[in-house]
Amino acid sequence: MRHALIGLLAAASFAAGMGAHAAQAEDAKYTIAVSLPTADHGWTGGLLYDAKQEAALLEHAYPGLTVIVKPSASAADQASALEDLTAGTKPDALVVLPYDSSQLTGAVRRVKAKGVFITVVDRGLTDPAIQDVYVAGDNPEFGRVAGRYFVQALGGHGDVVVMRGIPTVVDTQRVTGFQQAIAGSGVKILDMQFANWSRDEGFKVMQDFLAKHAHIDAVWAADDDVAQGALRAIAQAKRTDIRLVVGGAGMREVIRGVIDGNKLVPVDVSYPPSMMKTAIDLTAAHLISKAAVRGTFLISTVLITKDNAQEFYDPNSPF
Amino acid sequence: MPARGWRLPRIEPASLAPFAALAFLVVIGTLLNARFLAPDNIANVVTRASFIAVIGIGATFVIAAGGLDLSVGSMSAFIGGSAILLANASAAHGFDAALAVGALVAIGGGALCGLANGLVITVGRLEAFIVTLGSMGIFRALTTYLAQGGSLSLTPDDLQDLVRPVYFGTVLGVPVPVLVFVALGAVAWVLLNRTPFGRHVVAIGANEEVARFSSVAIGRVRTITYVIQGACVGIATILYVPRLSSVTPTSGLLWELQAITAVVIGGTSLRGGNGRIWGTIAGALVLESVANIMVLSNIVSEYLIGAVQGAIIIVAMLVQRSLRRN
Repeated sequence: MRHALIGLLAAASFAAGMGAHAAQAEDAKYTIAVSLPTADHGWTGGLLYDAKQEAALLEHAYPGLTVIVKPSASAADQASALEDLTAGTKPDALVVLPYDSSQLTGAVRRVKAKGVFITVVDRGLTDPAIQDVYVAGDNPEFGRVAGRYFVQALGGHGDVVVMRGIPTVVDTQRVTGFQQAIAGSGVKILDMQFANWSRDEGFKVMQDFLAKHAHIDAVWAADDDVAQGALRAIAQAKRTDIRLVVGGAGMREVIRGVIDGNKLVPVDVSYPPSMMKTAIDLTAAHLISKAAVRGTFLISTVLITKDNAQEFYDPNSPF
Repeated sequence: MPARGWRLPRIEPASLAPFAALAFLVVIGTLLNARFLAPDNIANVVTRASFIAVIGIGATFVIAAGGLDLSVGSMSAFIGGSAILLANASAAHGFDAALAVGALVAIGGGALCGLANGLVITVGRLEAFIVTLGSMGIFRALTTYLAQGGSLSLTPDDLQDLVRPVYFGTVLGVPVPVLVFVALGAVAWVLLNRTPFGRHVVAIGANEEVARFSSVAIGRVRTITYVIQGACVGIATILYVPRLSSVTPTSGLLWELQAITAVVIGGTSLRGGNGRIWGTIAGALVLESVANIMVLSNIVSEYLIGAVQGAIIIVAMLVQRSLRRN
């Protein structure tokens, strides 16, 4: 009985929702709100750049569509921003890359409760039932792709130092993936430290690794910013034992180097901030053409080599 | 008054305390990994400490006068970013022009940023904590805006090669940044300990009311301490940019806390009224050594490094305090 009542209520509210939707469809005006971390390092910088670029492109293509891009400086800021975006007026859809999964799950749930279509990007919420669409990079694969490349490029054995990111789930998944990929081979992790996805930290940690270990075959920096710092430290120490440095994410300068045939950094591992574009596109497709988009989209992690580097190269990106 | 200021220097145990803390760390570091004492490693650590040492020298003036500057890290990123953009723009007129513009923008821009902080604090009669917390946010956001979230790099590459020796170069085996902070320390020591200005700085830090009755131009002296701080940030930035040839929105992150910590480890009271330049430099070396020792040691899990670092700094301070009592 109670269940039937809830079902009836749900059906009624669904019908009411449809009515509202139909009315909106007549003048075809839609608003997509995009909430994401502010550009505080290279990758998030690329993210914001891509979000703005896609917003302009879609608004041009669909005159009735408005895309509001709202960066926030912290998890608390983002929670406030989500309240502001839905106070008074409400957008038809929200594209959100949460600062922190557990901290923002509640805030996104409240937006969802107002009947807003939710697209989550990269960092998943702790309650997946909230999201209508989930677009994410494949973090374990990010580590595995790098690991497999090390095994192949080092000819099956060598000593690798690892520079981890910021202690997060993302970082742990990547490192675990890397360890899985090199397991059973002669490639061994010599040392592992956090470099916090920062160039300066990359430089410092690499200097200390070089002081500590007389022989290092390869460096997995797991991030292009960190790799830039590490390369400077290696150049300064004039060490010739290091055969390979691999970063990750797909920074413009690094991809340029891959295209130009850089010996020390011959490849990169993709983790494109342009997954934000995918998310906004899917959301717009849902609103405008009623395309079936509900589901999870895993953006593949690809080894960027000389052969496919051109596809990942955007000379105008700030990242 | 001058008679007291010109008292013959005698070495107080208290002023040696930060060096004792440093010596304690060197022993710990060597015990954990003998490679700590390798000349290359020592050169790395001392050179890396130069940013905080130079900024800390400026912070010693600000703190001795009873002030505080939280904006130094963001300021460094901001003037570094500005210097890179303007140097790149003037590279067309020759690299000499680019270098001159970059250096001028860094030091002049730093002094101007410091002047702005100082004037708002003194003329606006606001708490230094609030003003510099505000400017910290402003400088950080301006850097992010300039870089559009990405990074700002010196171009072309030849320009990068040209400036690299500023960080990586050596004179008679001593890294250039080390020479810079030793020379700057000597100048700052004379300014703080052997001039009327230095005495005024300490006087307003010790007791602003008494200083006011002694007709010390409090506003002007206080403002100048922030200008000195800004200029020091400029010098630190000139050392910092050549290292990676770039500035990102995370450049200089948390430098303000490191600089304040270096000053306090060095024996300057956070409440003002005294200033120890060489102590501050020792403090900067302590901070950088702790970080280095952590990476060199094999016994600390990478997850626990922060905790052990914090504990070592506290123990080093306790060693220092016990020396001061004797």
